[in-house]
Amino acid sequence: MSIFVDENTLVAVQGLTGSQGRFHGLRNKAYGTKVVAGVTPGKAGTDVEGIPVYDTVQEAVDAQGVDATFVAVPPRAAPAAILEAAEAGVALVVCITEHIPAKDEAYVAARLQRDFPGTRLLGPNCPGLISPGKCNIGITSGDIALPGGPVGIVSRSGTLTYQALHELSQQGVGQTTCVGIGGDPVPGTTFVDVLEAFEADPETLAVMMIGEIGGEAEELAAEFIKTKMTKPVVAYIAGQTAPEGRKMGHAGAIVSGSKGTAIAKMEALSAAGVTVAKNPTEAGELMVEIVRSLG
Amino acid sequence: MDLFEYQGKQYFARYGIAISPGEVAVTVDEAVAAANRVGYPVVVKAQVQVGGRGKAGGVKLAADRAEVELHAGNILGLDIKGHVVKRLWIEHATDISKEYYAGFTLDRAARLYLAMVSARGGVDIEQVAEEDPGAIVRRHINPLDGLALAEARSIVEEAGLDAEALDGAAQVLVDLYRCYVEGDADLVEINPLVLTPDGRVHALDAKVSLDDDAAYRHPEWEEFEGTGEIDERERLAKKKGLNYIGLDGSVGIIANGAGLAMSTLDVVNQVGGSAANFLDIGGGANADVMANALEVINTDQNVRVILVNIFGGIVRCDEVARGILAALDRVSLSSPIVLRLDGTNAVLAREILAERASDQIINEPTMLAAARRAVEVASGEAAGSAGGRS
Repeated sequence: MSIFVDENTLVAVQGLTGSQGRFHGLRNKAYGTKVVAGVTPGKAGTDVEGIPVYDTVQEAVDAQGVDATFVAVPPRAAPAAILEAAEAGVALVVCITEHIPAKDEAYVAARLQRDFPGTRLLGPNCPGLISPGKCNIGITSGDIALPGGPVGIVSRSGTLTYQALHELSQQGVGQTTCVGIGGDPVPGTTFVDVLEAFEADPETLAVMMIGEIGGEAEELAAEFIKTKMTKPVVAYIAGQTAPEGRKMGHAGAIVSGSKGTAIAKMEALSAAGVTVAKNPTEAGELMVEIVRSLG
Repeated sequence: MDLFEYQGKQYFARYGIAISPGEVAVTVDEAVAAANRVGYPVVVKAQVQVGGRGKAGGVKLAADRAEVELHAGNILGLDIKGHVVKRLWIEHATDISKEYYAGFTLDRAARLYLAMVSARGGVDIEQVAEEDPGAIVRRHINPLDGLALAEARSIVEEAGLDAEALDGAAQVLVDLYRCYVEGDADLVEINPLVLTPDGRVHALDAKVSLDDDAAYRHPEWEEFEGTGEIDERERLAKKKGLNYIGLDGSVGIIANGAGLAMSTLDVVNQVGGSAANFLDIGGGANADVMANALEVINTDQNVRVILVNIFGGIVRCDEVARGILAALDRVSLSSPIVLRLDGTNAVLAREILAERASDQIINEPTMLAAARRAVEVASGEAAGSAGGRS
């Protein structure tokens, strides 16, 4: 089984007619994802390589029964696009858009929580999610993922997610679902949300978690793992050598004072029974060992 | 973008928060002229983006012209925790009867804004948070609700501010909230927020960090551009649109993706080296971006070796390899490159690069091996040995 998506998930791409939306939307479709619609205001009636385009998410939902949308629009338009999908009752909204102002993200998060509790937002500024062989929404390369499980991956970083997929696939260890939650300060979906879903998924037997400096999402994940999780978890935290007060690329990756350091996160995870790796390669090796020991 | 105190105060003033009259000065003469205009006594304050200025001798009271000359002369050029003072803020001195603290930031875990108020201002607030967490009142603000004056008043009351400060402090808190939200700040802090003997509440310091992603809707931020304390390498990188942070090691780093770049720094450190920079070239990694990245790192005198760590997901490694070769034709490098290309089409990429392999371009198959090799080269151990492994 997979989490959040499966082979039947019907996807609409918001911004399918733009360069990012077209490139990644068509790649997702080529991977086998059921990309059934595009949404671009003013472009209803047109199509992108046979995928019909609608003016609004609601029209796409009405015509195609969309379950999930992939938001690939610029930062100024993305907050409204996310809320439009939520208003149309879409259950999963995946937003890859980078550089959305933090205040807009906080507003969207508050609106979703108050008005649209049935909608899950993944991102913004995330690579999306892939359930190998079933569904790929976002910018992950399908070539480096291996179907069949038993590992679930959850990550705050894009390229480190690919690295993790690659390390496991090369060793013949497949993945149930790989979820990139994104590097922004207000992610729609958190580590805890994803860990909870992996814990409940019978086909996921172990979880690889990739965190980074900044915030306390990893500490909250550690608390969850300690009290609620039975499946083995391997973690790696990027930014062990990051200087204080500098944003390391991601808006969320910043050490302020004693808060958000990699060491504090690694200690919290270790104390929760997580196998903590020093680098991504070691994380892959440790995960492979665990999977082999599970038989 | 972090603002200097004087910029933060100017930003506060836009939202109606009371500040003391003051002016910026970059020379002793300007300091004296500024002091004459704002009126004695004045406070001469070093403008650096680091805490602990006062203890380092960067804040001095001056009663007259002679004292301004003395203190301005001493403070200009002073090194405060690695930050050299280039600007002063000359401010009319304020009589203080009480010092408080007020600030707003994002509580990421709660996904709500967080108001923080304390009656114990004027000292390091992180220290207060550790020693006496109860002394700081924290209240979540839902972005959909905003902060009304009545709630602001209940916050400053709960924090135990003096009775005569409550009205003024509540108003400052409402104005500061507007500055935080409408002003698109990641962090706003007033420490100290002071009560004067005549009952006014007033910002005596300003710490403001702006959200760069919101710059498009703040044309007024332009005046803050270019005044920051970024070093030459960072200035060049910014001009070329690169995500670069200067550090002080000898291994130059280029990686695609912020996480991978951070991770590369970690691994270099784990094998005994130290990074000269953080540089994320993003997903694209084409010849242009690669050439720009190499140019920036090439200007860093401390760099002894450049470690290029690329994981090909959507971007194919063979494209990256061709980009690197094209970039090398444009940039004459003073340090050798150690390359790690993995992911989509990595084998093909290594074949392309093998044609150019030399002791200036060294291929390694994994991140760890590449980091080890780079650190060897940086420490001179590999000098003279024939490179060109592929």
